[in-house]
Amino acid sequence: MDELLIGSVLASTLRVTTPLLLCALAGLLSERSGVIDIGLEGKMLFAAFAAAAAASVGHSTALGLAAAIGVACALSLLHGFACVSHKGDQVITGVALNMVAAGLTVVLGIAWFAQGGQTPPVGPEVRLTSLSGAYAEPVAGNWFASVIGHGLLSHNALVYLAFFLVAAVWFFLEHTKPGLRLRAVGENPAMVDAAGVSVPRLRYAALLMNGVLCGLAGSYLTLAQNASFSPNMTAGRGFIALAAMIFGKWKPVPTLLACLLFGFLDAVAIRLQGVAIPGIGEVPVQLIQALPYILTVVLLAGFIGQAMAPQALGRPYVKER
Amino acid sequence: MSEISSGTAVPSAVTPAVRLAGISKRFGAVQANRGVEFEIAPGTVHGLVGENGAGKSTLMAILYGYYQADAGHIEVQGQRVQIANSHQAIALGIGMVHQHFMLVDTLSCLDNVMLGAEPAFFLARAKREVRAKLEALMRDTGLHVHLDALVADLPVGELQRLEILKALYRGARILILDEPTAVLTPQETQQLFETLRRLRALGTTIILITHKLKEVMALCDAVTVMRAGQVIKTCDIRDTSPEDLAEAMVGRKVNLGRSGGAAEGRDERLSVNGLCLKSEQGVALLSDVSLSLRAGEIVGVAGVSGNGQSELLELLSGMRAPDAGRMSLGGASFEAARWLEPRGARALKLAHVPEDRHACGMVMSFPAWETAVLGYHDQAQYRCGPGGLTMNEGHMRAQTAEMMERFDVRPRNAELGSSKFSGGNQQKLVLAREIGQAPAVLLVGQPTRGVDIGAIEFIHGQLRALRDAGCAVLLVSSELDEILALADRVLVMNGGRITGELPIDQCDEKSLGLLMAAQAD
Amino acid sequence: MSQPVQLPRWMDIGLLPLWNLAVALAVAGLVVLVIGQSPAQALTVLLNGALGSTRGLGYTLYYATTFIFTGLAVAVAFHGGLFNIGGEGQATVGGIGVGLTALWLSPHLPAPLMLPVLVLAAALFGMAWAAIPAYLQAWRGSHIVITTIMFNFLASSLNVYLLVNLLRPKGSMAVESSMFADSARMPALHELAARLGFELPSSPLNLSLVLALAACVFVWWFLWKSRAGYALRAVGSAPKAAHYAGIRPRMQVLVAMGLSGALAGMVGINEISGVQGKLTLDFVAGAGFTGIAVSLMGRNHPVGIVLASLLFGVLYQGGVEVSFEIPGFSREMVVTVQGLIVLFAGAMAMVSAPLFGRLYLLFKSKEAAHG
Repeated sequence: MDELLIGSVLASTLRVTTPLLLCALAGLLSERSGVIDIGLEGKMLFAAFAAAAAASVGHSTALGLAAAIGVACALSLLHGFACVSHKGDQVITGVALNMVAAGLTVVLGIAWFAQGGQTPPVGPEVRLTSLSGAYAEPVAGNWFASVIGHGLLSHNALVYLAFFLVAAVWFFLEHTKPGLRLRAVGENPAMVDAAGVSVPRLRYAALLMNGVLCGLAGSYLTLAQNASFSPNMTAGRGFIALAAMIFGKWKPVPTLLACLLFGFLDAVAIRLQGVAIPGIGEVPVQLIQALPYILTVVLLAGFIGQAMAPQALGRPYVKER
Repeated sequence: MSEISSGTAVPSAVTPAVRLAGISKRFGAVQANRGVEFEIAPGTVHGLVGENGAGKSTLMAILYGYYQADAGHIEVQGQRVQIANSHQAIALGIGMVHQHFMLVDTLSCLDNVMLGAEPAFFLARAKREVRAKLEALMRDTGLHVHLDALVADLPVGELQRLEILKALYRGARILILDEPTAVLTPQETQQLFETLRRLRALGTTIILITHKLKEVMALCDAVTVMRAGQVIKTCDIRDTSPEDLAEAMVGRKVNLGRSGGAAEGRDERLSVNGLCLKSEQGVALLSDVSLSLRAGEIVGVAGVSGNGQSELLELLSGMRAPDAGRMSLGGASFEAARWLEPRGARALKLAHVPEDRHACGMVMSFPAWETAVLGYHDQAQYRCGPGGLTMNEGHMRAQTAEMMERFDVRPRNAELGSSKFSGGNQQKLVLAREIGQAPAVLLVGQPTRGVDIGAIEFIHGQLRALRDAGCAVLLVSSELDEILALADRVLVMNGGRITGELPIDQCDEKSLGLLMAAQAD
Repeated sequence: MSQPVQLPRWMDIGLLPLWNLAVALAVAGLVVLVIGQSPAQALTVLLNGALGSTRGLGYTLYYATTFIFTGLAVAVAFHGGLFNIGGEGQATVGGIGVGLTALWLSPHLPAPLMLPVLVLAAALFGMAWAAIPAYLQAWRGSHIVITTIMFNFLASSLNVYLLVNLLRPKGSMAVESSMFADSARMPALHELAARLGFELPSSPLNLSLVLALAACVFVWWFLWKSRAGYALRAVGSAPKAAHYAGIRPRMQVLVAMGLSGALAGMVGINEISGVQGKLTLDFVAGAGFTGIAVSLMGRNHPVGIVLASLLFGVLYQGGVEVSFEIPGFSREMVVTVQGLIVLFAGAMAMVSAPLFGRLYLLFKSKEAAHG
């Protein structure tokens, strides 16, 4: 097969997967602790805005990242305040956060930068660029340079960080004490409470980690993928991340595979336009773009295995006695 | 009233493991414990028996730190202690195995024991340490659990052993078990007894809350009987017998003068045969239950709550289907595969006053006039408008007013939200609704739970009147007094079976108590 | 869904929503200050733009019409114990239904026949789009919130596909269908007024408003006067009692979501038949989510929903005026206010309700002491 095609599709896939993956891991941590997170979209959007605004004004990547993480954590804590401390409805809070983020990012953008909601471009020295600097394009006739080089080695730090975080989240959940407690509190918070561990504290910790990861996801959009923020730039990616998390059955490695699948579909969607697949004919690009959603519904309907959510998901914990 | 002896059964030379001195506890209007006083000798199995509402669970909850007593004090190993919460109880060496297990299904047994007391940050090391300790513990006690199996995959008996291990791991020297055999098969029960005997040999003190007298006789060294919040007697097991304990448990003189109506010759309204129901875990909730209801009689189902009475009501009313069995009602017959449904039951003139009026019998957010037609809202009399799609509100409201008048429901406001009525008035409304349909069969569960004295008398009168008018009434109640006051014949349920039937004039404390405590062989 | 604390009725339906609105507006005002504008000025322009002219009022009512439909949709589902977050997708598919039916039939049918057919199409298409997630929830246990979110995206993908590939007239670059024949156009109110001799400035306000109000009456009758509504409310409020009463919960899920989807689908009548006259991209523009805010504010009752829809109509129309007149403002301010309202009226309802409960008890005990 064409090494140019494979190389560029591989590179695109990894680039598209990264924000999805970071967001999906964020949602995973929150939902494994029992708190539904519909607000991934809003947090990622606001974080993207914060990263672009801070990085372009402050001329510093670190500032951009810090701002993004700070904003996303603040939103996550607000979610916690409404839902964990005050037993509010978790879905409604998520919907509210999405709305506020969609509106406020543009309002602040116009007020501060007067460019119709866009932020000024982040300078090239501040942006997250390729770590190795090489393999910027696939090379015809050279398998290694195209597939391994351009496909795998040409990416920026966040891409590799995202994949590393999969292992980190897995290790945290399965092999550390707080991870064990977090898994337990999403299944049977009464038991955790009876064992002397604070349920709200665990859930807030999960939400903070969620905030950090959403912050990273948002930063990727404006510091790596594009150079500035534009209104509604997340374009539903937060919901695809949610779908990937469910498709990955709330486990880190299957979620990674789901994100890769959805990323692959996105990377390939444009390329397949006008191309006739033998036996099926021309596949409309909208269908490919809709595949992540269709697959998630099919999974939820129980047609491809069971999606067992954490047992206490969505139910505010109230002490019995 | 029977004599109340509070003497200890063990020579006081040995410091008791636990001493309860004058414990009293009130919840609102209910005096759950009244001057409870007894000692538990160390290294013994001490049984705590009594009917529902006797105060056993409250007492143990106080010992385990869930509640604080209003009066009196507790001594553990001779030291006076304050137990403000369960963590302090655990620190004092008191452990509790609840009826409903506190386990996380998706974690392994090892993880469940470890949670909250993990010895290290990294689980690999923590697990090694805990595993070593647990394996030693399992060797010493003979309790075996598959440490790496997921809780969701294990049978109930093994999960109970896990709960005991959890308590022992945290250093429990005094172990409280709350109705442990309620969820066990007979073989698992025997295994549990072996385990408890071994623990006793190792010096653990065991408090066994139960109502099963045969188990008490088989396992315990001493026993305390409670009734209505007070200790009736505490004695060594050698000085008593099942009959003795039963009498102490039930302990009231029955009005033997009452005789019930003769129901032979009246037509049979409802009969069930061979009803069997298993829970999801495979525990038998009902085993081979058969009964028959005739017109013009009240059949009381007595027995400690949790022995299948609730499930029986659910099956008879059509809210649940059995695994096996047959039912015939009003000329129609039903097999387990195509069981009765609530709608069909009502069509066959069966009315049902559910045990849980809050969750089942009423819709709390509805006004009284809407609750007053719950279950019958689709009848032709309540339809109006084109196509019969609209509710005939005027008629519903008028009927509700009538019901409220007849049954003295206060306040007489059909618009008032159902949740705003007092317990007694709510119950009267539900009764008015069900009785108002002039049913052929009436199923009633716990009709006077949470109801004030005046309303109790009224409700009893209504049930008698219904019986006299020819209805067949099945009365399930955990209040033995109520059954004795109303029933023509009494069925006793225990462990999912009907252990016996007595006509009312043959009921006395001994016979009833024995039936209530009897275990199927 | 969680139920709030038991407050006296006037507090629950009157005071609390107003309080939540006030807090949301106060926070919005803070935002306005932060971006260096004057909240007073913004508010004046907003109210003027929405209510100060007949034209503005026309626009406000036109927006309110759409919000009434989506608000009713959320309310009906809520009374059935479900959270319908899929109003956006159901409205889109309702519009697709209107578009397809109009393109197919409008050249052949006169308006008095065409318009009712369109209403039916909008309702049926919206209902179908809601029925699939409903079926999956009731029979297969799939969480309805997630499935309806997915279906929102599927609806817009479907719309794009139809427009780009099937409905776009040949040679046209615009992503929209061809115009419908006049018989498929909901008459605009200013045109009707002209025929009756009144002079009204032109605005998108059309006969759909009457349809929306009729839908309110229908929903009120359905929920509280009909036997079907009784069963639906029982399942939504007390599923165990409903089971005891012989009501089948699965059917009720279908009924609740079906009716909800049909109501959301009616947005297609207002937008596609009333205003656009052709099927376009993104004609719902977030109205499905506004419906959630409207229903929360309106306490899930048709009367409250009408009032809340008017409020949001004012916000939207006023917001457009503000974004024209005051540099530095954009329409997204309205989205922010909407989000704040959902946050305080919905998510944080449990924060203020106990506070009010305690204030009320305090007030009552003081009264008892003095009285």
